[in-house]
Amino acid sequence: MEGPKILFTIPYLNINVTETVVDTWLVMAVVTILCIWLTHGLEIVPRTKRQLAAEKLVSMVNNMVLNTMGHRYISFAPYIAALFATSMIGSLSSLIGLRPLTADFSTTLAWALLAFIMIQGNNIRLNGIGGWLKGFLDPVPFMLPLNLVSEIANPISMSFRHFGNIAAGMVITSLLYSALAALSSFILGWIPNEFVASIPLFQLGLPAILSIYFDVFTSFLQAYIICMLTMVYVSGVDSRE
Amino acid sequence: MLERAIVLAASAVGAGLAMIAGIGPGIGQGYAAGKAAEAVGRQPEAKGDITSTMLFGCAVAESTGIYGLVVALILLFANPLINLL
Repeated sequence: MEGPKILFTIPYLNINVTETVVDTWLVMAVVTILCIWLTHGLEIVPRTKRQLAAEKLVSMVNNMVLNTMGHRYISFAPYIAALFATSMIGSLSSLIGLRPLTADFSTTLAWALLAFIMIQGNNIRLNGIGGWLKGFLDPVPFMLPLNLVSEIANPISMSFRHFGNIAAGMVITSLLYSALAALSSFILGWIPNEFVASIPLFQLGLPAILSIYFDVFTSFLQAYIICMLTMVYVSGVDSRE
Repeated sequence: MLERAIVLAASAVGAGLAMIAGIGPGIGQGYAAGKAAEAVGRQPEAKGDITSTMLFGCAVAESTGIYGLVVALILLFANPLINLL
């Protein structure tokens, strides 16, 4: 396994553009086109399946945000939907041979830092700067280092979780492919015929079964988890109700 | 050359040892899944809520294992020790 390849360098600025960046733009284009296709020509009484699907998706995200964060935070729904779509399509892009963009720590760290900024921002908005700073001395001033560490550990654990799951899936899939290739060349290698020896006997079909777990299930689960964690942490600093 | 070989071998062993961290989340997630199965058996109509809560808890419990995995990945693919020689 290697890190993302550097595809080209922006001249004069010396910024390396890696595979991850290009894949992220592709995923963003796919999500945008999907949204435009789903929402063009909406009608009051839906007639097309396309509009029904769009309404179902929107109400699903709205319900998720309502149930987890409460009605005050319904304006978070677009962000959560965007995060979910980008994370899931980005992880699933490994199915068509791209390097999944969430297997790059930078991507997940960016999402976790966004969540961190939103958590602290929401805390300051609700309690004021004085209340926010005082919160670190809760319940006794002695706890200050522990509170600081637990705040900083939040984005680290969030980003490592997403990155680790997808990267582990990628490593295991590539190990599996090479192991299956070795196995089929070992078994068919006894036959002195070049065509027979080159048949990918075990690589056919078998990886798909494991791919269902490591790529499809994990992608969906991790997208769900990072959205849930963002919602829980952001609304967690709100003690009203 | 010998130093390099020793560092590489020790890194490989260390990566293997780091993955022992997988035991903890394995036990924890199994416990969570067992409790969720019990809960579904007691209250089958709340299956959806129980499943999503269980998956959420499992994913959070997984983080210690993921830390071990990240350490192993760093030792195997982005070894910082080999540059210290």
